[in-house]
Amino acid sequence: MNGVHDMGGMQGFGPVMPESHEPLFHADWESRAMAMTVAMGAAGQWNIDLARAARESLPPAVYLSSSYYEIWIRALEKLMLERQMVTVTELQTGHMHTQPLPVARVLNAQTVDAALAAGNPTLRESVRPALFAVGQRVRARNIHPQGHTRLPRYVRGHSGTVVQTHGSHVFADRHVSQPLPPFDSHAEWLYTVVFDGADLWGEAADPQVQVSVDAWESYLEAVL
Amino acid sequence: MSDHHSHHHSHGPDEPSHLSDMDIRVRALETLLTRKGYVDPAALDRIIETYETDIGPHNGARVVAKAWSDPDFNTWLLTDATAAIASLGYTGRQGEHMVAVANTPDTHNMVVCTLCSCYPWPVLGLPPVWYKSAAYRAKAVMDPRGVLADFGITLPEHTTFRVWDSTAEVRYLVLPMRPEGTDHLDEAQLAQRVTRNAMIGTGLALTAQEAP
Repeated sequence: MNGVHDMGGMQGFGPVMPESHEPLFHADWESRAMAMTVAMGAAGQWNIDLARAARESLPPAVYLSSSYYEIWIRALEKLMLERQMVTVTELQTGHMHTQPLPVARVLNAQTVDAALAAGNPTLRESVRPALFAVGQRVRARNIHPQGHTRLPRYVRGHSGTVVQTHGSHVFADRHVSQPLPPFDSHAEWLYTVVFDGADLWGEAADPQVQVSVDAWESYLEAVL
Repeated sequence: MSDHHSHHHSHGPDEPSHLSDMDIRVRALETLLTRKGYVDPAALDRIIETYETDIGPHNGARVVAKAWSDPDFNTWLLTDATAAIASLGYTGRQGEHMVAVANTPDTHNMVVCTLCSCYPWPVLGLPPVWYKSAAYRAKAVMDPRGVLADFGITLPEHTTFRVWDSTAEVRYLVLPMRPEGTDHLDEAQLAQRVTRNAMIGTGLALTAQEAP
Protein backbone atom coordinates (compact mmCIF):
# COMPACT_ATOMS: atom_id res chain seq x y z
CA MET A 1 0.00 0.00 0.00
CA ASN A 2 1.26 3.45 -0.87
CA GLY A 3 0.83 4.62 2.71
CA VAL A 4 2.31 7.39 4.79
CA HIS A 5 4.46 4.80 6.55
CA ASP A 6 6.54 4.52 3.35
CA MET A 7 8.63 7.54 4.23
CA GLY A 8 11.91 7.16 2.33
CA GLY A 9 12.65 10.39 0.45
CA MET A 10 9.72 12.38 1.83
CA GLN A 11 10.54 15.99 2.64
CA GLY A 12 9.35 18.51 5.15
CA PHE A 13 9.81 16.57 8.40
CA GLY A 14 12.74 18.78 9.40
CA PRO A 15 16.06 17.72 10.90
CA VAL A 16 16.59 14.52 12.87
CA MET A 17 16.43 15.45 16.54
CA PRO A 18 18.36 13.10 18.80
CA GLU A 19 17.74 13.56 22.53
CA SER A 20 20.69 13.75 24.83
CA HIS A 21 20.50 11.14 27.62
CA GLU A 22 17.39 9.62 26.10
CA PRO A 23 15.61 7.28 28.51
CA LEU A 24 14.66 3.80 27.29
CA PHE A 25 11.01 4.64 27.95
CA HIS A 26 9.48 8.11 28.27
CA ALA A 27 6.56 6.94 30.40
CA ASP A 28 5.59 3.77 32.20
CA TRP A 29 2.85 3.04 29.68
CA GLU A 30 5.45 2.82 26.91
CA SER A 31 7.20 -0.09 28.60
CA ARG A 32 3.88 -1.89 29.13
CA ALA A 33 2.90 -1.19 25.51
CA MET A 34 6.17 -2.66 24.25
CA ALA A 35 5.85 -5.75 26.45
CA MET A 36 2.19 -6.35 25.59
CA THR A 37 2.97 -6.07 21.89
CA VAL A 38 5.77 -8.62 22.23
CA ALA A 39 3.69 -10.95 24.43
CA MET A 40 0.62 -10.80 22.20
CA GLY A 41 2.80 -11.41 19.15
CA ALA A 42 4.03 -14.56 20.86
CA ALA A 43 0.41 -15.62 21.44
CA GLY A 44 0.44 -16.53 17.76
CA GLN A 45 -2.91 -15.19 16.53
CA TRP A 46 -1.07 -13.01 13.97
CA ASN A 47 2.45 -12.71 12.58
CA ILE A 48 4.90 -9.83 12.31
CA ASP A 49 3.75 -8.89 8.82
CA LEU A 50 0.11 -8.78 9.90
CA ALA A 51 1.20 -6.56 12.80
CA ARG A 52 3.05 -4.24 10.43
CA ALA A 53 0.07 -4.21 8.07
CA ALA A 54 -2.19 -3.21 10.98
CA ARG A 55 0.10 -0.31 11.87
CA GLU A 56 0.53 1.02 8.36
CA SER A 57 -3.19 0.84 7.59
CA LEU A 58 -4.10 3.17 10.46
CA PRO A 59 -5.67 6.36 9.08
CA PRO A 60 -2.81 8.48 7.68
CA ALA A 61 -3.44 11.44 9.98
CA VAL A 62 -3.49 9.12 13.00
CA TYR A 63 -0.26 7.43 11.96
CA LEU A 64 1.53 10.73 11.45
CA SER A 65 0.34 12.28 14.71
CA SER A 66 0.98 9.29 16.96
CA SER A 67 4.17 8.41 18.80
CA TYR A 68 5.60 5.02 17.85
CA TYR A 69 4.35 3.15 20.90
CA GLU A 70 0.95 4.77 20.37
CA ILE A 71 0.96 3.30 16.87
CA TRP A 72 1.78 -0.08 18.40
CA ILE A 73 -1.11 0.13 20.89
CA ARG A 74 -3.63 1.28 18.26
CA ALA A 75 -2.55 -1.59 16.00
CA LEU A 76 -2.65 -4.10 18.87
CA GLU A 77 -6.23 -3.09 19.68
CA LYS A 78 -7.15 -3.31 16.01
CA LEU A 79 -5.60 -6.79 15.60
CA MET A 80 -7.55 -8.09 18.61
CA LEU A 81 -10.83 -6.42 17.59
CA GLU A 82 -10.56 -7.91 14.09
CA ARG A 83 -10.20 -11.37 15.63
CA GLN A 84 -13.04 -10.85 18.15
CA MET A 85 -10.53 -11.40 20.95
CA VAL A 86 -11.82 -8.23 22.61
CA THR A 87 -14.73 -5.83 22.12
CA VAL A 88 -14.78 -2.04 21.95
CA THR A 89 -16.60 -1.86 25.27
CA GLU A 90 -14.04 -4.12 26.89
CA LEU A 91 -11.21 -1.92 25.63
CA GLN A 92 -12.91 1.18 27.02
CA THR A 93 -13.59 -0.27 30.46
CA GLY A 94 -10.95 -2.93 31.00
CA HIS A 95 -13.80 -5.24 32.12
CA MET A 96 -14.28 -8.63 30.51
CA HIS A 97 -17.74 -9.12 28.98
CA THR A 98 -17.02 -11.92 26.50
CA GLN A 99 -15.23 -15.20 26.95
CA PRO A 100 -11.58 -15.28 25.84
CA LEU A 101 -10.68 -17.10 22.64
CA PRO A 102 -8.02 -19.79 22.73
CA VAL A 103 -4.52 -18.63 21.75
CA ALA A 104 -1.53 -20.70 20.69
CA ARG A 105 0.69 -19.67 23.60
CA VAL A 106 0.72 -17.46 26.70
CA LEU A 107 4.19 -16.38 27.80
CA ASN A 108 4.99 -16.53 31.49
CA ALA A 109 8.01 -15.22 33.39
CA GLN A 110 9.80 -18.54 32.92
CA THR A 111 9.28 -18.81 29.15
CA VAL A 112 10.08 -15.21 28.14
CA ASP A 113 13.84 -15.60 27.87
CA ALA A 114 13.72 -18.64 25.62
CA ALA A 115 11.05 -17.07 23.40
CA LEU A 116 13.09 -13.89 22.91
CA ALA A 117 16.30 -15.84 22.33
CA ALA A 118 14.64 -18.01 19.69
CA GLY A 119 12.92 -15.23 17.77
CA ASN A 120 11.12 -16.01 14.54
CA PRO A 121 13.63 -16.90 11.82
CA THR A 122 12.23 -16.40 8.31
CA LEU A 123 14.89 -18.35 6.38
CA ARG A 124 13.48 -21.45 4.66
CA GLU A 125 14.97 -24.16 2.50
CA SER A 126 15.08 -23.04 -1.12
CA VAL A 127 12.95 -25.11 -3.44
CA ARG A 128 14.20 -23.56 -6.67
CA PRO A 129 17.41 -21.88 -7.85
CA ALA A 130 17.78 -18.14 -7.51
CA LEU A 131 16.78 -16.15 -10.60
CA PHE A 132 19.39 -13.47 -9.99
CA ALA A 133 23.08 -13.54 -9.11
CA VAL A 134 25.44 -11.21 -7.28
CA GLY A 135 26.63 -8.52 -9.69
CA GLN A 136 23.54 -8.74 -11.88
CA ARG A 137 21.59 -5.62 -12.84
CA VAL A 138 17.93 -5.75 -11.83
CA ARG A 139 15.03 -3.33 -11.81
CA ALA A 140 12.60 -2.85 -8.93
CA ARG A 141 9.22 -3.44 -10.52
CA ASN A 142 6.81 -0.56 -10.79
CA ILE A 143 4.12 -2.17 -8.65
CA HIS A 144 1.58 -0.60 -6.34
CA PRO A 145 -0.05 -3.41 -4.35
CA GLN A 146 -3.21 -2.51 -2.42
CA GLY A 147 -2.10 -4.71 0.45
CA HIS A 148 1.05 -5.09 2.53
CA THR A 149 4.36 -4.86 0.70
CA ARG A 150 7.97 -4.24 1.68
CA LEU A 151 9.12 -2.69 -1.57
CA PRO A 152 9.44 1.02 -0.79
CA ARG A 153 8.14 3.49 -3.36
CA TYR A 154 11.43 5.32 -3.77
CA VAL A 155 13.11 2.39 -5.56
CA ARG A 156 10.23 1.31 -7.80
CA GLY A 157 11.09 1.55 -11.48
CA HIS A 158 14.78 2.08 -10.73
CA SER A 159 17.65 -0.22 -11.63
CA GLY A 160 20.28 -1.41 -9.22
CA THR A 161 22.80 -4.19 -8.68
CA VAL A 162 22.43 -7.36 -6.63
CA VAL A 163 25.15 -7.32 -3.98
CA GLN A 164 24.05 -10.21 -1.76
CA THR A 165 21.68 -13.16 -1.76
CA HIS A 166 20.17 -14.24 1.55
CA GLY A 167 18.51 -17.54 0.66
CA SER A 168 14.73 -17.91 0.66
CA HIS A 169 12.73 -16.01 3.26
CA VAL A 170 9.04 -16.01 4.15
CA PHE A 171 7.51 -13.55 1.68
CA ALA A 172 5.94 -10.66 3.56
CA ASP A 173 3.32 -9.86 0.91
CA ARG A 174 1.86 -13.38 1.15
CA HIS A 175 2.43 -13.81 4.88
CA VAL A 176 -0.52 -11.43 5.44
CA SER A 177 -2.97 -13.32 3.24
CA GLN A 178 -4.45 -15.40 6.09
CA PRO A 179 -5.57 -13.47 9.18
CA LEU A 180 -5.21 -16.47 11.49
CA PRO A 181 -2.85 -19.47 11.65
CA PRO A 182 -1.90 -21.44 9.66
CA PHE A 183 -0.30 -18.54 7.78
CA ASP A 184 0.96 -18.66 4.21
CA SER A 185 4.70 -19.04 4.85
CA HIS A 186 5.67 -19.31 1.21
CA ALA A 187 9.33 -18.30 0.88
CA GLU A 188 11.09 -16.49 -1.95
CA TRP A 189 14.70 -15.65 -2.67
CA LEU A 190 15.76 -12.44 -0.95
CA TYR A 191 18.43 -10.11 -2.34
CA THR A 192 20.19 -6.96 -1.26
CA VAL A 193 20.00 -4.58 -4.21
CA VAL A 194 22.03 -1.38 -4.23
CA PHE A 195 21.00 1.76 -6.12
CA ASP A 196 22.98 4.86 -7.00
CA GLY A 197 21.69 7.97 -5.25
CA ALA A 198 21.74 9.84 -8.55
CA ASP A 199 19.39 7.24 -10.10
CA LEU A 200 16.97 7.52 -7.20
CA TRP A 201 17.11 11.24 -6.55
CA GLY A 202 18.21 12.85 -9.80
CA GLU A 203 21.23 14.68 -11.02
CA ALA A 204 21.17 17.26 -8.24
CA ALA A 205 21.55 14.50 -5.65
CA ASP A 206 24.69 13.80 -3.65
CA PRO A 207 26.72 11.60 -6.07
CA GLN A 208 28.41 9.87 -3.13
CA VAL A 209 25.24 8.18 -1.90
CA GLN A 210 24.35 4.52 -2.45
CA VAL A 211 21.20 2.98 -0.99
CA SER A 212 20.22 -0.66 -0.74
CA VAL A 213 16.96 -2.39 0.03
CA ASP A 214 16.33 -6.06 0.75
CA ALA A 215 14.00 -7.22 -2.00
CA TRP A 216 12.17 -10.49 -2.55
CA GLU A 217 12.52 -12.01 -6.00
CA SER A 218 9.06 -11.08 -7.21
CA TYR A 219 9.81 -7.40 -6.56
CA LEU A 220 12.54 -7.57 -9.21
CA GLU A 221 12.96 -8.04 -12.95
CA ALA A 222 16.13 -8.58 -14.97
CA VAL A 223 17.60 -5.58 -16.78
CA LEU A 224 18.35 -6.80 -20.28
CA MET B 1 -13.15 3.80 21.80
CA SER B 2 -12.33 7.45 21.51
CA ASP B 3 -9.62 8.53 19.15
CA HIS B 4 -9.63 12.10 20.36
CA HIS B 5 -6.58 13.16 22.23
CA SER B 6 -6.72 16.68 23.48
CA HIS B 7 -2.95 16.86 23.26
CA HIS B 8 -2.67 16.03 19.61
CA HIS B 9 -2.43 19.54 18.31
CA SER B 10 0.44 20.47 20.55
CA HIS B 11 2.19 17.12 20.58
CA GLY B 12 4.25 15.86 17.66
CA PRO B 13 4.70 12.19 16.87
CA ASP B 14 8.45 12.27 17.29
CA GLU B 15 8.41 13.82 20.73
CA PRO B 16 8.32 11.71 23.83
CA SER B 17 4.78 10.96 24.92
CA HIS B 18 3.48 11.89 28.35
CA LEU B 19 -0.19 11.52 27.60
CA SER B 20 -2.20 10.59 30.63
CA ASP B 21 -4.92 9.28 28.33
CA MET B 22 -2.40 6.81 26.92
CA ASP B 23 -1.59 5.79 30.47
CA ILE B 24 -5.26 5.06 31.10
CA ARG B 25 -5.75 3.34 27.77
CA VAL B 26 -2.76 1.04 28.22
CA ARG B 27 -3.65 0.23 31.82
CA ALA B 28 -7.18 -0.72 30.77
CA LEU B 29 -5.74 -2.86 28.02
CA GLU B 30 -3.36 -4.69 30.34
CA THR B 31 -6.14 -5.28 32.85
CA LEU B 32 -8.38 -6.67 30.15
CA LEU B 33 -5.74 -8.90 28.57
CA THR B 34 -4.78 -10.23 31.98
CA ARG B 35 -8.41 -11.03 32.87
CA LYS B 36 -8.82 -12.77 29.54
CA GLY B 37 -5.72 -14.82 30.18
CA TYR B 38 -3.98 -13.57 27.02
CA VAL B 39 -1.02 -12.12 28.93
CA ASP B 40 0.66 -12.80 32.25
CA PRO B 41 1.80 -9.53 33.90
CA ALA B 42 4.88 -11.32 35.23
CA ALA B 43 5.87 -12.09 31.65
CA LEU B 44 5.49 -8.40 30.78
CA ASP B 45 7.71 -7.49 33.74
CA ARG B 46 10.33 -9.95 32.55
CA ILE B 47 10.24 -8.62 28.96
CA ILE B 48 10.74 -5.05 30.21
CA GLU B 49 13.52 -6.09 32.59
CA THR B 50 15.27 -7.91 29.76
CA TYR B 51 15.44 -4.82 27.56
CA GLU B 52 16.28 -2.55 30.49
CA THR B 53 19.21 -4.64 31.69
CA ASP B 54 20.28 -7.65 29.61
CA ILE B 55 19.76 -6.60 26.01
CA GLY B 56 21.11 -3.24 24.89
CA PRO B 57 23.92 -1.50 23.01
CA HIS B 58 26.48 -2.92 25.44
CA ASN B 59 25.99 -6.23 23.59
CA GLY B 60 26.82 -4.68 20.24
CA ALA B 61 29.77 -2.82 21.76
CA ARG B 62 31.20 -6.14 22.88
CA VAL B 63 30.82 -7.52 19.34
CA VAL B 64 32.60 -4.50 17.85
CA ALA B 65 35.40 -4.53 20.42
CA LYS B 66 36.05 -8.19 19.71
CA ALA B 67 36.09 -7.54 15.97
CA TRP B 68 38.65 -4.77 16.50
CA SER B 69 40.82 -7.05 18.64
CA ASP B 70 40.56 -10.41 16.94
CA PRO B 71 41.16 -10.57 13.15
CA ASP B 72 39.57 -14.02 12.87
CA PHE B 73 36.42 -12.84 14.60
CA ASN B 74 36.42 -9.74 12.39
CA THR B 75 36.45 -11.93 9.27
CA TRP B 76 33.77 -14.20 10.70
CA LEU B 77 31.58 -11.21 11.61
CA LEU B 78 31.81 -9.78 8.11
CA THR B 79 31.10 -13.12 6.41
CA ASP B 80 28.54 -14.71 8.77
CA ALA B 81 27.40 -12.12 11.27
CA THR B 82 24.51 -14.22 12.60
CA ALA B 83 26.86 -17.03 13.70
CA ALA B 84 29.66 -14.74 14.91
CA ILE B 85 27.26 -12.69 17.04
CA ALA B 86 25.52 -15.85 18.32
CA SER B 87 28.90 -17.13 19.51
CA LEU B 88 28.82 -14.29 22.07
CA GLY B 89 25.32 -15.30 23.15
CA TYR B 90 23.27 -12.70 21.27
CA THR B 91 20.45 -14.26 19.28
CA GLY B 92 16.77 -14.10 18.63
CA ARG B 93 13.97 -11.64 18.25
CA GLN B 94 14.70 -8.97 15.63
CA GLY B 95 18.21 -10.28 15.10
CA GLU B 96 17.50 -13.66 13.55
CA HIS B 97 19.43 -12.82 10.36
CA MET B 98 22.35 -10.45 10.88
CA VAL B 99 24.72 -8.69 8.49
CA ALA B 100 27.64 -6.55 9.70
CA VAL B 101 28.99 -3.77 7.50
CA ALA B 102 32.39 -2.18 8.09
CA ASN B 103 33.20 1.49 7.82
CA THR B 104 36.45 2.38 6.05
CA PRO B 105 38.25 5.68 5.44
CA ASP B 106 36.30 5.88 2.15
CA THR B 107 32.89 4.45 3.04
CA HIS B 108 30.48 5.29 5.83
CA ASN B 109 27.54 2.97 6.45
CA MET B 110 24.17 4.04 7.86
CA VAL B 111 21.20 1.81 8.75
CA VAL B 112 17.55 2.81 8.54
CA CYS B 113 14.08 1.28 8.26
CA THR B 114 12.07 3.61 6.05
CA LEU B 115 8.90 1.49 6.32
CA CYS B 116 8.70 1.01 10.10
CA SER B 117 11.28 0.59 12.85
CA CYS B 118 13.31 -2.55 12.10
CA TYR B 119 16.39 -2.59 14.30
CA PRO B 120 18.81 -5.29 15.53
CA TRP B 121 17.39 -5.82 19.02
CA PRO B 122 19.79 -8.54 20.33
CA VAL B 123 22.83 -6.29 19.82
CA LEU B 124 21.35 -2.77 20.22
CA GLY B 125 18.21 -3.25 22.33
CA LEU B 126 15.16 -1.11 21.63
CA PRO B 127 15.49 1.70 19.07
CA PRO B 128 15.64 5.34 20.18
CA VAL B 129 12.78 7.70 19.32
CA TRP B 130 14.77 9.48 16.60
CA TYR B 131 15.40 6.17 14.76
CA LYS B 132 11.62 5.66 14.50
CA SER B 133 10.95 9.31 13.63
CA ALA B 134 9.55 10.46 10.30
CA ALA B 135 12.50 12.82 9.93
CA TYR B 136 15.11 10.05 10.07
CA ARG B 137 13.13 7.53 8.01
CA ALA B 138 12.53 10.13 5.31
CA LYS B 139 15.97 11.71 5.19
CA ALA B 140 18.47 8.88 5.68
CA VAL B 141 18.05 7.37 2.20
CA MET B 142 18.16 10.73 0.40
CA ASP B 143 20.56 12.83 2.42
CA PRO B 144 22.67 10.71 4.80
CA ARG B 145 25.34 13.42 4.87
CA GLY B 146 22.70 15.82 6.14
CA VAL B 147 21.56 13.30 8.74
CA LEU B 148 25.11 13.01 10.03
CA ALA B 149 25.25 16.82 10.20
CA ASP B 150 22.10 16.71 12.36
CA PHE B 151 24.20 14.60 14.75
CA GLY B 152 27.00 17.16 14.61
CA ILE B 153 29.34 15.06 12.47
CA THR B 154 31.03 15.99 9.17
CA LEU B 155 33.01 13.46 7.13
CA PRO B 156 35.46 14.27 4.31
CA GLU B 157 33.94 15.26 0.95
CA HIS B 158 35.18 12.11 -0.77
CA THR B 159 33.36 9.79 1.65
CA THR B 160 30.82 7.46 0.06
CA PHE B 161 27.62 7.08 2.09
CA ARG B 162 26.26 3.55 1.97
CA VAL B 163 22.72 3.40 3.34
CA TRP B 164 21.07 0.07 4.25
CA ASP B 165 17.27 0.17 4.31
CA SER B 166 16.10 -2.81 6.43
CA THR B 167 13.06 -3.74 4.36
CA ALA B 168 12.98 -7.49 5.11
CA GLU B 169 14.07 -9.58 8.14
CA VAL B 170 17.81 -8.99 7.72
CA ARG B 171 19.17 -6.69 10.43
CA TYR B 172 22.31 -4.60 10.05
CA LEU B 173 25.10 -3.72 12.47
CA VAL B 174 27.67 -1.09 11.50
CA LEU B 175 31.26 -1.95 12.44
CA PRO B 176 32.72 1.50 13.08
CA MET B 177 36.38 2.33 12.48
CA ARG B 178 38.63 1.75 15.46
CA PRO B 179 39.74 5.11 16.89
CA GLU B 180 43.39 6.18 16.68
CA GLY B 181 45.64 5.51 19.62
CA THR B 182 43.75 2.54 21.05
CA ASP B 183 46.36 -0.17 20.46
CA HIS B 184 46.97 -0.53 24.20
CA LEU B 185 43.31 -1.02 25.13
CA ASP B 186 41.79 -4.40 25.93
CA GLU B 187 38.36 -5.50 24.70
CA ALA B 188 36.51 -4.21 27.74
CA GLN B 189 38.17 -0.80 27.37
CA LEU B 190 37.54 -0.76 23.62
CA ALA B 191 33.86 -1.51 24.20
CA GLN B 192 33.63 1.74 26.17
CA ARG B 193 34.49 3.59 22.96
CA VAL B 194 31.62 2.06 20.98
CA THR B 195 28.43 4.08 21.07
CA ARG B 196 24.99 2.93 19.98
CA ASN B 197 24.91 5.59 17.26
CA ALA B 198 28.28 4.42 15.91
CA MET B 199 26.71 0.99 15.36
CA ILE B 200 23.73 2.55 13.49
CA GLY B 201 25.97 4.86 11.47
CA THR B 202 24.80 8.17 12.92
CA GLY B 203 27.93 8.44 15.04
CA LEU B 204 31.58 7.45 15.25
CA ALA B 205 33.51 5.52 17.86
CA LEU B 206 34.76 7.75 20.65
CA THR B 207 38.20 9.34 20.53
CA ALA B 208 40.46 9.49 23.59
CA GLN B 209 39.11 12.99 24.34
CA GLU B 210 35.49 11.83 24.14
CA ALA B 211 35.96 8.58 26.04
CA PRO B 212 34.10 8.22 29.34
